[in-house]
Amino acid sequence: MIRISKKNAKAAIKVTNLTKKFDKLTAVNGISFEVEEGEIFAFLGPNGAGKSTTIKMLTTLLLPTSGEIVINGFDPLTQQDNVRASFGIVFQDPSLDDELTSYENMEFHGVLYKVEKNLRRKRTEELLKIVDLWDRKDDLIKTFSGGMRRRLEIARGLLHHPRIFFLDEPTLGLDPQTRNQMWNYVKELNKKEKITVFFTTHYMEEADRVAERIAVIDYGKIIAQGTSAQLKQQTQTSTLEDAFLSLTGHAIREEEASVQEGMRMRRAMWRGTRR
Amino acid sequence: MKTIYILWLRQLKRYLRSRSRIVASLGQPALFLIVLGFGLGPIFKKAGGGNYIDFLAPGVISQGILFTGIFTGIELIWDRQFGFLKETLVAPVSRFSIMMGRTLGGATIAAIQGVIVLVLALLVGFRPYSFAGVVWAFVFMFLIAFFFTAVGTAIASKLEDMQGFQLIINFLILPTFFLSGALFPLNQAPKFLLVISEFNPLTYGVDGLRESLMGTSHFGLPLDIAVLAILTVIALAVGSYLFSKIQL
Repeated sequence: MIRISKKNAKAAIKVTNLTKKFDKLTAVNGISFEVEEGEIFAFLGPNGAGKSTTIKMLTTLLLPTSGEIVINGFDPLTQQDNVRASFGIVFQDPSLDDELTSYENMEFHGVLYKVEKNLRRKRTEELLKIVDLWDRKDDLIKTFSGGMRRRLEIARGLLHHPRIFFLDEPTLGLDPQTRNQMWNYVKELNKKEKITVFFTTHYMEEADRVAERIAVIDYGKIIAQGTSAQLKQQTQTSTLEDAFLSLTGHAIREEEASVQEGMRMRRAMWRGTRR
Repeated sequence: MKTIYILWLRQLKRYLRSRSRIVASLGQPALFLIVLGFGLGPIFKKAGGGNYIDFLAPGVISQGILFTGIFTGIELIWDRQFGFLKETLVAPVSRFSIMMGRTLGGATIAAIQGVIVLVLALLVGFRPYSFAGVVWAFVFMFLIAFFFTAVGTAIASKLEDMQGFQLIINFLILPTFFLSGALFPLNQAPKFLLVISEFNPLTYGVDGLRESLMGTSHFGLPLDIAVLAILTVIALAVGSYLFSKIQL
């Protein structure tokens, strides 16, 4: 497929000198990048490199320390609701209400995003059928497996027809079948509806297969950007995994677990984990 | 409006689905009513206080609402921990309507809990003095519920985890309950207890409820309503300010 010249395409995401400092730690350090409309863009980096912090800033959950962000032409600082209405997101951690059914979770989302009732019901049915959950629509989420939850989160994130779809490690803990199915669907969606896809992952073959362009972030800085082929060429390696390791080094990173993660772990162990 | 409604509905659905929680939360009020009511009843009567169950019931109803209200407010911490808060915070709706929807939902649950305790009290022999009074009692139940749910939400906006939870129970909920005149008449209490109680929001709730259900009051209905209403507005304002500052 021949891509239209990058210069002419409109940017869906434009980030300039974005920085986020926590007390003494600089999680994101002056990064700049652009994602054009209709592109599938992978954001890669080791644990604690600043991926999730960046996504949080792009999606209005966290205020940047400095720098500029433009999402679909809107500023997340001053035009929060315009930004919010224009993207969908699948978070790294679960974000469904366990005590509600899948249909109710969809309803809740649709109402929050002001999708008109008939349209909401129609799309909910469509989407739940696509992710194979229509026959489980009246079951409580707490009876769902990790894969089912993920599929529902994807369906939910698309309910309001977003222009950008953020996926923060969407395939973590999923089996190859579910992963494959999920990416096929996302790619099709990208092709058909021209939805811009921005995702992070730890599976390099996934990024290689799906992403049109890749940025590698480490220690809060973007250290390389380009197509998978360009990154391999730049590092003189044959696989993206090797390119990644060559760029970020072989040392294992320890990410400090937040209180939340600790609590979740304990709860998961207590209930018998499903994910 | 729809945002507030859907958040309210969500809270209610969750409540109605956790029947075990409803039953468990009635254990304490039942214990207070039965053990204190029947245990201290004869002494209270001998001292000229009248029927202790009648005196105690409004206090125990308030206690049920206080506990449930604070807890449903604090449930926000669970939403933060188990991820659902993110889903609401990335949505294109005002932070104020999210906070209002949650608080109204929690307050409705707490008020329902109060009504259930009232029914429980009727079962063990409590009799309100007039039917009109019961209508006023509902107003007070909702005010108490609204205030304490807003307080719970405000606290939860600042707390990151459940570690501080025990602290809240020991240093907030229990003193609020014991120092509210729920268990003993304020008229004859020593001066220092009375003064402390006058600074306790729940005191006005208990007093208003007692006035509504029993026709006896320490402060009078207008003052009770005024204090509770003003405090509720303040708690909501503080709660929505803190809520709007939440970053994930």
